[in-house]
Amino acid sequence: MKQLLILSGKGGTGKTTIASAFIKLSKAKAYADCDVDAPNLHLITEQSSAPKRTDYYGLPKAEINTELCIQCDRCRQNCRFDSISVDKKYKVNPFACEGCGVCQAICPVEAISLKPAVAGELMLHAKEGKVFSTAQLKMGSGTSGMLVTEVKKQMKSATAPTHLAIIDGSPGIGCPVIASLSGADMVLMVAEPSISGIHDMERIINTAAKFGTKTAICINKFDTNIENTKKIEEFCKKQGLAFMGKIPFDAGAIKAINNGQTIVDINCASGIAVKVVFNKTIKLLFEEYPVLHSNDALHI
Amino acid sequence: MKIAVLSGKGGTGKTLVSVNLAAAAKTSTYIDCDIEEPNGHLFFKPENTQEEEITINIPKVDNELCNGCRKCVDFCKFNALAYIKEKLIVFEEVCHSCGGCILFCPEEALTEREKVIGKVQKGTSDQVTVYTGILNTGEASGIPMIKKLLHENTPPSNKLTFIDCPPGSACMVMDSIKDADYCILVAEPTIFGVHNLNMVYELVKLFNKSFGVVLNKCVEGDNPAERFCVEKNIKILSRLPFDSELGILNSNAKIAVRENEKYQALFSSLLEIVQEEVQHETTSHS
Ligand code: SF4
Ligand code: SF4
Ligand code: SF4
Ligand code: SF4
Repeated sequence: MKQLLILSGKGGTGKTTIASAFIKLSKAKAYADCDVDAPNLHLITEQSSAPKRTDYYGLPKAEINTELCIQCDRCRQNCRFDSISVDKKYKVNPFACEGCGVCQAICPVEAISLKPAVAGELMLHAKEGKVFSTAQLKMGSGTSGMLVTEVKKQMKSATAPTHLAIIDGSPGIGCPVIASLSGADMVLMVAEPSISGIHDMERIINTAAKFGTKTAICINKFDTNIENTKKIEEFCKKQGLAFMGKIPFDAGAIKAINNGQTIVDINCASGIAVKVVFNKTIKLLFEEYPVLHSNDALHI
Repeated sequence: MKIAVLSGKGGTGKTLVSVNLAAAAKTSTYIDCDIEEPNGHLFFKPENTQEEEITINIPKVDNELCNGCRKCVDFCKFNALAYIKEKLIVFEEVCHSCGGCILFCPEEALTEREKVIGKVQKGTSDQVTVYTGILNTGEASGIPMIKKLLHENTPPSNKLTFIDCPPGSACMVMDSIKDADYCILVAEPTIFGVHNLNMVYELVKLFNKSFGVVLNKCVEGDNPAERFCVEKNIKILSRLPFDSELGILNSNAKIAVRENEKYQALFSSLLEIVQEEVQHETTSHS
């Protein structure tokens, strides 16, 4: 199975809009949303049934048994994350606690225990041979990288052999992005023609380069700033990055999305442009490995 | 007065709003807490910048003293230590600097050393003091940097401070809004926008913050984000239009209020509304 990961250095570039169009065009049998902090893909991909939900446990949190506590203050003094406070009684702030276990180990009367804590929820939609894996991190749970790994694992374990998986990546450059990169065969960067968009794009390309992942670029809303669009195209040439095409700003896209549709479901300018980007991307993804089967309707 | 600007996701106009409000306020402080992708400095282009490295403490082993008991390895909840070939190895990237291994090593073989995770820059742009935190690529947690940005550089309380928060609703955002007097939530007019807005809405409610919404990129027709605000009885502070002039200024990293009087007026009136809201909150709570 080939994994195509769609990334953007920044949110709001239309990554999910493009991912959903790709899913539609490729008739992908496997796809996932790795933006576990703010998943959106489920809003515009059809799900015919309720998902299978699984609690996701992150690191445990400390809990103080105030009956046993002798108020020696050792736990508070040694917690590096300022998670323990005292207001008559000692207590742990679960949002700040990292579950490191220092307080538990240092407490002289064993008043502290580490309790498993639900940090999010995994959702799996599987029907008619199609698998969609997604998750939602609970507010204030830090470990999104680990949940991203779970989302991908869940997708793989539920998928019958198929040749293509499309993954909507996480925004940013931090640990969730690194988790979504691992195992990806190719990255499609969705860039936005703004100074800050270019800045963020450069950072993410550096990250992808560290993993040695094949990287290609497309520009969304290219006509909102033609000059910056040119800059990105030149940047691609200079860096030897494959350029997949340009998609215009399109009020029709907003309408489609607000109706829960993808941009290729309606007749609109961005939908037409995204098809070109799609064809090129899929071609590049499978270039060295022509494993397409005739019954998989890919529009190449 | 501290005003935090947040949105459920990047790209909604959080930086546009906070940068232009800070510029409209003239004398103010702007703190960019979006440390994974700080963009505010691209707009302000601050001068006279000073830089400070931000470090965390990670363990360092003295192999002469270490006897291989592996107590530290067993303790570490993050699997940041391993004892291989009669040597203790520290995996820096996953160490959370909890200090536990050092505390509990019976041979006192572990000490701390500083590791740089990024830097904080301070500079000025007209009368705006600009703070930027920049986290190195690949670092797991930026919390120490957010703490540094918000708590050690505390400007005088009578001055207006704008905090450009990280996107999302995770722990770094929580740290960014903890001391804010008011929160501005920026939302886009799509169903994605509503989904993201709902997350930060839950967050500010949890923290009991007073807040209002700025609707960004408004176009003709139905605005699901506006409907959400009406349903939940949330104060709409301003409606910024989707206009290509503002779009071009913004995508060229220009500060709209410094380029065009129209936007000067737009953001000044937003600033007034926000200040009134804060005043109102403080009087009604006292
Ligand atoms: S487990 Fe660690 S972070 Fe949590 S309260 Fe104890 S010492 Fe602090
Ligand atoms: S270390 Fe244990 S006994 Fe001491 S204050 Fe903390 S919980 Fe109480
Ligand atoms: S606890 Fe101390 S002595 Fe034991 S393995 Fe770790 S560093 Fe070595
Ligand atoms: S400081 Fe804490 S996280 Fe780092 S190696 Fe030691 S025990 Fe592990």
